[in-house]
Amino acid sequence: MSNYFLFAILLLGFVITFQIAKASEYVGILKGEKKNNEQNNRINGFLMIVFLVLGLIGVYWCNELFKGKILGKSASAQGEKIDQMLYITIAICGVVFLITQILLFWFSFKYQYSEKRKSFYFPHNNKLEVIWTVVPAIALTVLVGFGLMYWFQITGEAPKDAMVVEITGKQFGWIYRYPGKDGVFGNKYYKSISDGQNNQLGLLWDDPKSHDDIVVSQTMYAIVNQPLKMIINSRDVIHDVGIVEFRMKMDAVPGTPTTMWFTPLFTTEQKKISSGNPDFEYEISCDQICGRGHYTMKGIIKVVTAEEFVLWRAKQVPNYVQVMKDKMPAAGPADSVKTAAVRIESPSKLVAAAGKE
Amino acid sequence: MSTDLTIHGPGELIETHDVHNADHEVHHHKDTFITKYVFSQDHKMICKQFLITGMIWAILGGLMSVLFRLQLGYPDSTFPILEDILGKWAKGGKLSPEGYYALVTMHGTVLVFFVLTGGLSGTFANFLIPLQIGARDMASPFLNMLSYWFFFSASVVILTSLFIETGPASGGWTSYPPLSALGDASLGSKAGMDYWITGMALFVVSSLLGGLNYITTILNMRTKGMSMTRLPLTIWALFFTAVLGVLSFPVLLSGLILLLFDRHAGTSFYLSDIFIASTQKALPNEGGSPILFQHLFWFLGHPEVYIIILPAMGLVSEVMAINSRKPIFGYMAMIGSLFAITVLAFLVWAHHMFVTGLNPFLGSVFVLLTLLIAVPSAIKVFNWLTTLWRGNIRFTPAMLFAIAFVSTFISGGLTGVFLGNSTLDIHLHDTLFIIAHFHIVMGVSAFLGMFCGVYHWFPKMYGRYMNNTMSYIHFWVTFAGAYLIFWPMHYEGLAGMPRRYMDYSGWTSFNQFGDLNRFISTVAMIVFAVQLMFVFNFFYSIFKGRKVTTQNPWQANTLEWTTPIRPGHGNWPGEIPEVHRWAYDYGKDGKDFILQTEPLGADEQHH
Repeated sequence: MSNYFLFAILLLGFVITFQIAKASEYVGILKGEKKNNEQNNRINGFLMIVFLVLGLIGVYWCNELFKGKILGKSASAQGEKIDQMLYITIAICGVVFLITQILLFWFSFKYQYSEKRKSFYFPHNNKLEVIWTVVPAIALTVLVGFGLMYWFQITGEAPKDAMVVEITGKQFGWIYRYPGKDGVFGNKYYKSISDGQNNQLGLLWDDPKSHDDIVVSQTMYAIVNQPLKMIINSRDVIHDVGIVEFRMKMDAVPGTPTTMWFTPLFTTEQKKISSGNPDFEYEISCDQICGRGHYTMKGIIKVVTAEEFVLWRAKQVPNYVQVMKDKMPAAGPADSVKTAAVRIESPSKLVAAAGKE
Repeated sequence: MSTDLTIHGPGELIETHDVHNADHEVHHHKDTFITKYVFSQDHKMICKQFLITGMIWAILGGLMSVLFRLQLGYPDSTFPILEDILGKWAKGGKLSPEGYYALVTMHGTVLVFFVLTGGLSGTFANFLIPLQIGARDMASPFLNMLSYWFFFSASVVILTSLFIETGPASGGWTSYPPLSALGDASLGSKAGMDYWITGMALFVVSSLLGGLNYITTILNMRTKGMSMTRLPLTIWALFFTAVLGVLSFPVLLSGLILLLFDRHAGTSFYLSDIFIASTQKALPNEGGSPILFQHLFWFLGHPEVYIIILPAMGLVSEVMAINSRKPIFGYMAMIGSLFAITVLAFLVWAHHMFVTGLNPFLGSVFVLLTLLIAVPSAIKVFNWLTTLWRGNIRFTPAMLFAIAFVSTFISGGLTGVFLGNSTLDIHLHDTLFIIAHFHIVMGVSAFLGMFCGVYHWFPKMYGRYMNNTMSYIHFWVTFAGAYLIFWPMHYEGLAGMPRRYMDYSGWTSFNQFGDLNRFISTVAMIVFAVQLMFVFNFFYSIFKGRKVTTQNPWQANTLEWTTPIRPGHGNWPGEIPEVHRWAYDYGKDGKDFILQTEPLGADEQHH
């Protein structure tokens, strides 16, 4: 019902506009074309300056309204560089934006038709044209210079002490793998993947290095102030690991592993307090369209202290052990509990070990 | 018929034509309804076919965006009307994810290719090239006709795909494999994707036939005295557009053919190491790279955005000079910057791929080349500003759209400087920032340019004027609405909100913009309604508009205004006029305007 009502209102509005438009055309003819054009010209010239003023107020207002809702402080050292670059770019582009838009609308208003004015025949001027070729070129050189400096810092090799985690996208979720105590990932092959047999990544059990690999879903853990290197994979289509708080993003491409690294600066707990949001989490969003569940493809990174990380990892059962437990109930769990016990004995040493991974 | 005209030349035309009749028709050939309105070989009729087909697509594509904006603005509500329109894709009035992604994908495909490429270039290249260079028709009117009918059949295929059971393609307008290659990964990648590939292949053929024709015509069929440096900038822009299309569309086609092989012939160009969860099967394909598709796609995809924007730049330059009553400032620099943009357009494609794992060094080369393209763009902006400076500006609807084009081109161009810088792209890639950027710089600007062209040349197309009041309302609502929709969207992008999400409410990082999303959706609906008013104004004015009574209503210099008010096939009843000067002698030596056909005075300076 309300749809028809809305439709009727729309139609009515249409008809009224149309009648006014038609009437004004007749009035225009009565007034004479010249006079009518001059009047239209004055109205639109005035609206040009109104648009400029309201537009600039709107830009300012919009900025006031939203500046608290965007960005915030970057939670990674790399993100700080990206923010720095953003501010440099906003400054330069902002100046250009203001100058050009003001000139555009001001000229439109100022040089609107007048019977007295003769337009100025000004086909070209080499000096002016050289100026506005060179000045933008210099401004862009500055931007390229800063941009590439940060770009190479961010995309360069990860530091030696970075913790390495493998992250694999699938429709529609994330799987994480830690290399276990040997610090090395075991081999895997996609044809061995079997969700039913609890081998989400297709680890090859005949490779002993895979036996201590820890595989978890949904939530991963990282250590604050320690570089985190992600090796990014996909099981099916292209996904993208995007973590807005860290300002980081990298595609997950099936068949071609990619990497990115960054250093988290705050633990999740610290962020909960500083953001005033008790539900705060570092969310991994999929940023490359991957099918019907794209918008729900969420992962969580818990950034914790080194001690908390060691405790968390000690509780994890390697994928191999989980699988073997189903087959041979005795061997696996005991082994893993022993490992955990050993680890808790000397946390400081283990933090260093964790770092090497 | 028109080939006859060009073969026999002007001498014979004078004998067979009634030169005194303003509503001149070619007498030796009787046009039937079919040859005049359907399979017409007259470039002016083909122009109208492209324009009207483009308008139908624009309404459909715009309507799609209104439907998915409803979802984005009101993610928790249901709209029974959605079920009425979309059926099973919106059961209970709530859009399904498949329905949402199908709408998003088709909105992009339709507007980028069918409206802003086919509709824009097809319309104005066909209309203006012969009229402004002084030719009776295209080099090959027959190929020109085929170009439209390939466009039409591409439209039919894409339209059909909307109604098949598994729905149209839904992997985004970029159709990246493996998503687009695997029917098991996405419903839209079943039959819908084959329709999409077929439709696009037909579209590429249409675009190549058109483009080759435009290039040939501009190079070979200019009238006496019309040297390349006397061409109006519209023609230069359309020329470079055609060059871009001819060189880049074949690459897209090859990429799509490989995709077709991967889909149906078991090849592994793009596929490797894939395990499909829905079927619990590992695919046999190994060794392919989905990144290859992205390179092939963007080798077209980036030139494509210039294919969209260059014609608009040409139209705007012309209209701006005419209505400022001043020559366009820096004519040679305008051509030079068009040329620079054309060359650079082929060298920047990988800036769409900074976060695909591209080698960072390679990335840095593309940063440099990408930001380089801002220089010719800046030159164009400053030249337009200087054209306005000390002019005597008439705010015709076309002129308003031209000024608005410059404004949105500046705004969108500047955000391009953000995205082209790979460091910032890490954060902004695939967020709503890029959506805001390309909608303003390519969508809105190109539309404003297109409106500018339609309003300006409508009197030449139909011998009538459009209604001014409706035009002014259309302009101000569209212009203000475009900024209201897309300006705040940049903030959502800065907050990192990913594009192509149908609901943000499940995310703590992105759920702070609910009110803004509702606002944007509301404005989008208003702007869409006003576009319908434009369409009404257009068709109403064809039949009932105020009649044009003078040959040159805008007091312009170019050749199309030397033809009769309603030119017949062949354009000029007598001989094709000879050209003696460039197109921009406005306000020279105290004269308001000097037609290109007027010989240079004895002591007159050449521009």
